[in-house]
Amino acid sequence: MSYKAKFRVWRGEGGEGRLEDFTVEVNEGEVVLDIIHRLQATQAPDLAVRWNCKAGKCGSCSMEINGKPRLGCMTRMSTFTEDETITVTPMRTFPVIKDLVTDVSFNYQKAREIPSFTPPADVKPGEYRMQQIDVERSQEFRKCIECFMCNNVCHVIRDHEENKPGFAGPRFLMRIAELDMHPYDVVDRKDAAQEEHGLGYCNITKCCTEVCPEHIKITDNALIPMKERVVDRKYDPLVWLGNKIFKRSGSKS
Amino acid sequence: MEIERHEYDVVVIGAGGAGLRAAIEARQQGKRTAIVCKSLFGKAHTVMAEGGAAAAMGNVNSDDNWMVHFRDTMRGGKFLNNWRMAELHAKEAPDRVWELEAWGALFDRTKDGKISQRNFGGHEYPRLAHVGDRTGLEMIRTLQQRVVALQQEDERLHGDAEAYIKVFAECTITRLLKDHGPAHGPGGAIAGAFGYWREHGRLILFDAPAVVLATGGIGKSYVVTSNSWEYTGDGHALALLAGAKLINMEFIQFHPTGMVWPPSVRGILVTESVRGDGGVLRNSEGRRFMFDYIPEVFKDKYATTEEEGDRWYTDQANNRRPPELLPRDEVARAINAEVKAGRGSPQGGVYLDVSTRLPAAEIVRRLPSMHHQFKELADVDITAEPMQVGPTCHYIMGGVEVDADTGAAAVPGLFAAGEVSGGMHGSNRLGGNSLSDLLVFGRRAGAGAAAYVDRLAARPSVPEESVAAARTEALAPLERSGENPYEVHQELQRTMNELVGIIRNADEVTEALEAVGKLKERARNVGAAGGRIYNPGWHLALDLRNMLLVSECVARAALLREESRGGHTRDDFPGMSAEWRRRLLVCGASPDGSAVTVEEKVQPAMRDDLITLFDRAELEKYITSEELADFDALVKE
Repeated sequence: MSYKAKFRVWRGEGGEGRLEDFTVEVNEGEVVLDIIHRLQATQAPDLAVRWNCKAGKCGSCSMEINGKPRLGCMTRMSTFTEDETITVTPMRTFPVIKDLVTDVSFNYQKAREIPSFTPPADVKPGEYRMQQIDVERSQEFRKCIECFMCNNVCHVIRDHEENKPGFAGPRFLMRIAELDMHPYDVVDRKDAAQEEHGLGYCNITKCCTEVCPEHIKITDNALIPMKERVVDRKYDPLVWLGNKIFKRSGSKS
Repeated sequence: MEIERHEYDVVVIGAGGAGLRAAIEARQQGKRTAIVCKSLFGKAHTVMAEGGAAAAMGNVNSDDNWMVHFRDTMRGGKFLNNWRMAELHAKEAPDRVWELEAWGALFDRTKDGKISQRNFGGHEYPRLAHVGDRTGLEMIRTLQQRVVALQQEDERLHGDAEAYIKVFAECTITRLLKDHGPAHGPGGAIAGAFGYWREHGRLILFDAPAVVLATGGIGKSYVVTSNSWEYTGDGHALALLAGAKLINMEFIQFHPTGMVWPPSVRGILVTESVRGDGGVLRNSEGRRFMFDYIPEVFKDKYATTEEEGDRWYTDQANNRRPPELLPRDEVARAINAEVKAGRGSPQGGVYLDVSTRLPAAEIVRRLPSMHHQFKELADVDITAEPMQVGPTCHYIMGGVEVDADTGAAAVPGLFAAGEVSGGMHGSNRLGGNSLSDLLVFGRRAGAGAAAYVDRLAARPSVPEESVAAARTEALAPLERSGENPYEVHQELQRTMNELVGIIRNADEVTEALEAVGKLKERARNVGAAGGRIYNPGWHLALDLRNMLLVSECVARAALLREESRGGHTRDDFPGMSAEWRRRLLVCGASPDGSAVTVEEKVQPAMRDDLITLFDRAELEKYITSEELADFDALVKE
């Protein structure tokens, strides 16, 4: 059942690197991450790769396999032919630390820029009452394992470093939608989504949805509804009039 | 080379459920807190927890309360548990779960809008707060987001988000450092922690009077395990090397249902919720074999016919639960026995079937991760065919001996919470009691550390010679060109799996001890090729010290305990012994880790108001006649 596969793996650090060729054993049922581990154990002990759970639950082993963002642990070798050369490279949107490991601190920075869940001051722990149907929308987004492949693939920042400061990426725009749909969250997040976190950059090409290993409908269920809420606000004539007359800041209306 | 230095009040090692909850508590009590973790923030092993967090909220069955939960926990642990921990856990778990909800967690709901609770092995009532089968992810994300919320608050108040709580991700601690000065007692007190950044290999020193260990378990010493690479027993080993003690190390939980095929995913967890939601175990002959394995102590609590067991899912008041929901140790041994008797599945497991028990849509709704996992990794559609499952090394009940109320270890300034601590679960942990354990004792250890810092008369200081020694130790593998560390690791895994696994005996454990001794020698000479930047060979070379030390503790304690109880089964001593129930095995080590000692210690007797929560008939099965006489005298009063 086992065969020798041809792998090309990106090796390098400090902004320099190259694709290195390997021939490596593959056994039945294995995934790409198994092969990377075999390379570590037998040919390249210092080959850097992130991983944890090996079951598609932690989102650590994001990489690009033949140019497509994938989790190494969920990409079965049986999806390739035996004579195919498999090219494994690090995520392109984030700076490479070494080999397949990238600096994903951008994502943690963005996470900190989104105001946290804010419940009403008078609800005590244990008093929350929510219907299943009302939590399900946000629950879908909370399936996110933070593999950051949606942010990696998003064309707004994939080859546009200059857009990074003003764009939270699909992951964190979805986080805004998740909080906006939380039955107990009291913060109005619509204007900030548009003005501070770059919701308007998204032109719904659905690349993020396509790569999501959790099959979350990021575009359809989070980003588009969030855009609609923003638009309702912006072009609602009553809100516009109210803002004109009372000179209120839109964010608290 | 320069060593990066930081000063904190509390350093928490580990960023899973226990570590994050401890750090949140320390920060909420005004302490400057560092969280140090080997992976990225939010990736800890807690994300793998599927079933739920056990808390007697009584949302689904109002008969549930802390006393019922306490009894279930003690039964599950075969009465070896630290009863004070089991008491605190049962009492405080509901508040800890509700607190998560106030921090943004979205649990599944009951019809009246409360947190839904599901059935699980060993729990008398539906008790596990859950989110489908990804509860651990919800918990880790909620705690992670709570840390971020506190950082946002600090940004507003102090202009610096990391003023009071900072995450040092991809950073490994290799040594705890102590001050042995006259002000700090005969054994010295914690003064800091030393480690390295995985990313660039630079060295780092934390100067801190309190350290909370929350490093999880030891599963990576076994071949077949549900644990991730991080589970190398770091906290267990750091505590030992600092002079603290480990208890109950012979008790390892082999989860009954791990995947068995394909080989590369062997050991990955199949949640107990499959059985909680109606899934049944069958052997190759199609028989629901668990009915043949109900042990004497549980005879009156489990259904004896398939009909009764099936009725229980809809009518729990008038039927007993099916034996598929026995505590994990019982189910794991039963599966092991069926496979050994030649009634296993083609790939060496047994069948776990939910496809004939629930409609397909219901399976996908209740068990989405399992459906996804089998489809993607094994080409198996669990709505249409059975899964093949077998035991996998899942959890260690043993760990750092701590004070139940504060999480304090024997070394002043050292605290531990979660899987790395010992006692709470006795000889076997009930499913669902881990997530709640992390929250209850994470909070307590964080508070314990904060209170310790407040009480401290003089801040301990880190002796420079211990920094130098830690530095030398950390860099040594890079300077050697010895054996490949992966080979030593693989041999250790095979040794533990084959010789100190689910069924043990004196000869095999003795053989394992010899093998571990030889591997310790080899580990001293392993070399790491390459440089210091993100070099997994170097990291593994350092982790080997911890895995070997912990494996030695497991084997030594397993050899001494001449009985079978919970996660420790000796086929040369198959019975459970009331005498042994009162004895704890306590492991210690020399500061260089070369010598491991094991001492016996008497388990304190249960407090009067707690032991009287049990029936005499049940206690009879576990305790000595002397203890029973004390109980009778107590009840008479």
